Amino acid sequence: MSLSATPELLRVEELTVVYETGRGTVRAVNDVSLQVDRGEVLALVGESGCGKSTVALAIMRLVPPPGKIAGGKVGLEGQDLLRLPEAALVGIRGKRIAMIFQNPLVSLNPVYRAGSQVKEAIALDQAARLDAWRKAVDIMGQVRIPDAAERALSYPHELSGGMRQRVMTGMMISRSPDLLIADEPTTALDVTIQAQVLELLLDLRRRNRMSLLIITHNLGVVAEIADRVAVMYAGNIVEQAGVFDLYERPLHPYSRLLLRALPRLAKGEGRLETIPGNVPNLVDTIAGCAFHPRCPQRLPVCAVTVPKARPAGPARQVACHLLEATSP
Amino acid sequence: MTPLLALEAVKKYFPLRRGLFSRAIRHIRAVDGVSLTIAQGEAFGLVGESGSGKTTLARLIPRLTRATGGRVVFAGQDMARAGGRELTGLRREMGIVFQDPASSLNPRATLRKSILRPLELQGIRGFEARERLDATVALVNLGAEVLDRYPHQLSGGQQQRASIARAIILRPRLLILDEPTSALDVSVQAQILNLLQDLQEEIGLTYLVITHNLAVVRYMSDRIGVMYLGKLVEMAPAAMLHARPLHPYTAALLSASPPADPRLRDRKRYPLAGDPPSLIAPPPGCRLHPRCPAAIERCRHEEPQLVEAGEGRHVACHLWEELNLAAAAGVDRPPSVADR
Repeated sequence: MSLSATPELLRVEELTVVYETGRGTVRAVNDVSLQVDRGEVLALVGESGCGKSTVALAIMRLVPPPGKIAGGKVGLEGQDLLRLPEAALVGIRGKRIAMIFQNPLVSLNPVYRAGSQVKEAIALDQAARLDAWRKAVDIMGQVRIPDAAERALSYPHELSGGMRQRVMTGMMISRSPDLLIADEPTTALDVTIQAQVLELLLDLRRRNRMSLLIITHNLGVVAEIADRVAVMYAGNIVEQAGVFDLYERPLHPYSRLLLRALPRLAKGEGRLETIPGNVPNLVDTIAGCAFHPRCPQRLPVCAVTVPKARPAGPARQVACHLLEATSP
Repeated sequence: MTPLLALEAVKKYFPLRRGLFSRAIRHIRAVDGVSLTIAQGEAFGLVGESGSGKTTLARLIPRLTRATGGRVVFAGQDMARAGGRELTGLRREMGIVFQDPASSLNPRATLRKSILRPLELQGIRGFEARERLDATVALVNLGAEVLDRYPHQLSGGQQQRASIARAIILRPRLLILDEPTSALDVSVQAQILNLLQDLQEEIGLTYLVITHNLAVVRYMSDRIGVMYLGKLVEMAPAAMLHARPLHPYTAALLSASPPADPRLRDRKRYPLAGDPPSLIAPPPGCRLHPRCPAAIERCRHEEPQLVEAGEGRHVACHLWEELNLAAAAGVDRPPSVADR
C-alpha cells in the first residue's frame, strides 16, 4: 500500500537503549533505524527479549529505569522527540502517538466504567464536557462494540478480552493520533477474536490514514496486516523488507530460519527446521554478528565484525556479511 | 481393538455458590457430554479457544478432578471405580506436560531432583534410578551438565525438555500435552515439536495434544477433535479437517488462523459474530447459533448430536450435508509455495 508519494511520519535513527545492571551494561536496543510512512503498517517482529518492546517504549520516551536511551534520534515529521523538554511530550503522547498493549485489563482502570475512560481521553482535548460522553459512545461504536451505549456503562471486568482491547483501541484513537503503536495487541486473544481486532486496526488505518507500528512475535499476524517488516534479533534489526519480499525470499539467515521453523506441515510430512541453540541472554556480549553462534552459514568475519545494514534491493535492508560477500 | 482411552459422555460442572453455606444455584458447564476414543499409538489433538473445556477435559483423565457424569475408561478400567493403589497404578501409565514449564517445575529443586521425583514416589532408587535418569535425559536431548541447575537458570526450551523427561521417566502409555509449546518462541517450539514426534516413534507413546494452535495440532495429530463451549463439535482425521471442515465453527477457526503467507491475506473468510457466550447459561439449541452465519430456526431450539459423517468423521451440526464450508472458509486452495 505504501505509495512512493506518501510522506514520512516517523524516522528512528541509530537508536540505542541500555540497561545498567549489576553484571554490566546491556544493550537492549542497538543502533536501530527504521521509518514509518503515513498510513503505513510496519511490523517489528522478533522473539522474546529481542528488544522490540523497548523500541516502542523508547519512541514514546517511556523506557523505565534502569534503562535509558543512550543515543540516536526519534524524528516525528522532522522533530526529534528525544530533544524535546519533558513538558512538551504531553502534546505528543496520546495525542500524536498512542499505544495499546497486550493485556488491556492491566491498562484499563478497574474502578471506572469503560465509557468514562474513553470520555476522559476525549476530554483532554477540551471537548465540551457534556458532549464527551456522547462522543465516547460514538467512538465505542466505531471500534465495533455492539450496543455501545449500554457497554459504555460496563466495568472492564464485565467485558470479554476482545471487548477490552476494543475499548483500549477506542481510547487511543479518540484523539486521532498520527501513529498507533500496538505491542502484541492480539496475543492474549483467541484466533476468531484476533481476526476481528486485526480487521478493526486495518479499517482504522484506512479511514483515519493512521500509521500503525505493530510489535509482535507472531509471523501469522505479520503476514495478515503488515506493509513492511523489520526483523529484530538480540537488539538489532537484521532485515527490513516489504512483507511480500520477506516471506517470498528472506535474505538474512535468521529471517529465513524463523520463517521455516513455523509448523506448516501435517504429521508425517517431514520434520520442522530448527534454529540450533537458544535466544541469547543480552548480558553476555557477543562479538561480531549477534546471530553468528547460531548461524549455519557463518563466515570467519561474522565472529569479529558487526555487519552493517546495507541496501539489498528496493526498500530493503539487510545486515549480514554473507550478502556483502556475494554482492559486487 | 479396544482403545487405550475411552471417554463416554463425560461431564464436568463446577458449582457456583452465592454465600458460604448456600447450595449451588447454577453451574459452569465446562465439559458437557464429551465422548471420544484414542487408540494405542495414536496422536489425538484437541483444539478449541479459551473456555472450550479442553484443559478441564485433560484434567479429568488422570482424575485430577472428578467427573460430574459419564465415564473415563483407561486400558479397559473405569477410572472412577479405581481404588487407592489401583488409581496410583493407572496414573503411572499417564504423563502430563503443562504449558508453562517455569511454573510446573519446582523452583527450589534441581532438574535432577524434579525429574527423579516420579521414580522416588514409586520407590525406585539407587542404581536403577540413575540408569533410568540417564536414558530419559538422553531421549529428550537434555545435556547432563544442566541436571544440577535450577529452573530459573535454564531457557524455556530446556525447562520444557525437563518437564517432558519427568513426564516420561516412568514410561507411561499415554502422554497428555497441554499447550506444550504455547509459552515458547517459534525457534524453540520447532525443536520441541520435533522432539515430541521422535519420542512417539522411539518409545511408542499415545498422545493427547491440547492446543489452541491449529498449525501445531496439524503437525502433531493423526486425528483432531474440535471443542466449543464444553462440547465436541467435530472430529476427523487431521488432513480432512483442515481441507474440508464440516462444522461452521471449525471453518471459522481455520479461516481466522493467519496462514503466515501474505499472499493469502485476501482469502475468503468465514467470520463468527461477536464473542463466545457464558458457560453458565449457554444458548439453547446449538451453542454456536448466536454467532453462526449459517444458523436457521431449527438451530435455536434443537441441539445437534455428534453423528457419523463417513470416512471416520463425526460432526454435530444440523446443516453439515448442505454447507460447502471449505469454499466458504477459503481453505480449499491448493497448497501454496510457502507450504513446501
